[in-house]
Amino acid sequence: MRRVGLAILGIVAFAAAVLGGSATWADDGRPAFPVAKGGHCVDDIPVMRRNHFAFLYHQRDETLRLGIRGGKYSLKECVNCHAATGPDGKAIPVNAPGQFCQSCHEYAAVSIDCFSCHATTPDSAGAGKTAAR
Amino acid sequence: MSTDNNDFDGQRRAFLQVAGAVTVVAPGVTLIAAQASARPAGEPASAANRWGMLIDSTKCSPDCKACVTACKQEMGLVGHDRPRTDAQYIRKLEVSDPSTGMRHSLPVMCQHCAKPACVDVCPTGASMKRADGIVLVDRHICIGCRYCMMACPYKARSFTHEDQTDQKPYLPRGKGTVEACTMCVHRIDAGRQPACVEACQSSGGGAMLFGDLSDPSSEIAKRVSTETTTRIRGELGLDPGVRYQGI
Repeated sequence: MRRVGLAILGIVAFAAAVLGGSATWADDGRPAFPVAKGGHCVDDIPVMRRNHFAFLYHQRDETLRLGIRGGKYSLKECVNCHAATGPDGKAIPVNAPGQFCQSCHEYAAVSIDCFSCHATTPDSAGAGKTAAR
Repeated sequence: MSTDNNDFDGQRRAFLQVAGAVTVVAPGVTLIAAQASARPAGEPASAANRWGMLIDSTKCSPDCKACVTACKQEMGLVGHDRPRTDAQYIRKLEVSDPSTGMRHSLPVMCQHCAKPACVDVCPTGASMKRADGIVLVDRHICIGCRYCMMACPYKARSFTHEDQTDQKPYLPRGKGTVEACTMCVHRIDAGRQPACVEACQSSGGGAMLFGDLSDPSSEIAKRVSTETTTRIRGELGLDPGVRYQGI
């Protein structure tokens, strides 16, 4: 019974963190972040958690240097699915505090420079849909 | 082996042309990007293609900056009111012959050389040429030394001096790296034309033509084989993919 109560508390805290947008941590001390838009990830979640950087590291060279488009892993698709939408209807950058990328990277004390160049929100004009990945 | 590949390419091209035609005819289909040359997902750029441009300076008006505007918009280039260091992928050049007074206006961008000087001098391998002849900067390994900017005889490259925000998803760009015209590689891979060429044809003088120089059936290949074309600084032997007429 106590466990169920804790689980409910956890869910409520998680929802509050998601909806409030300001809290970065769930009550168990792990990062809380917005849920991705629909569907499921391109790979199993444990695999993605452990290896997403290796996938992207490999894919970036294939895309840029060889010109291979539409691969399984793509930073652009990460952003398309994981960028949350703010109250004003605009996408929130994935590297903003509490957002999908930043919450975990902060928790793991990882400093990345992907987003000094790469877009942090989906293309607002929807051009990303027609442009090659 | 290579003959087989060519055969295969030919068959695929024919199939895609038919597929493209069907797409256009089918009612309710709004795919603007459906062109014959869109490369299937997972397939690398091929050395069988050589993307190039043909620019007719007689159709290019000095007042028209449609290509420059379209490029800035497509690539999300924001100026800081510092013309000497602001990023520019394409610029309009006014040239004149002092002895005759003859004047020309022409757009100049990365000439996508077959033997690019920028690639030769790059100490990290960031400056690179893709299999289909498009010259790019791999910003993942660019250290911002700007050797390539000095080596380029066309003054085609820019250095990003400021932190960037609101980049386009298809064109990552950031502080401390060199950048230049990508010939809109993201559009080409999707079977579309570069933004400058599209703008020139729709709202400019129709001076720019884009296509595959290696495909004998393409309009650009037909025109360069029958009309006189020149290349800027052709004597350097860099074999640029951009050709000009009327200069």
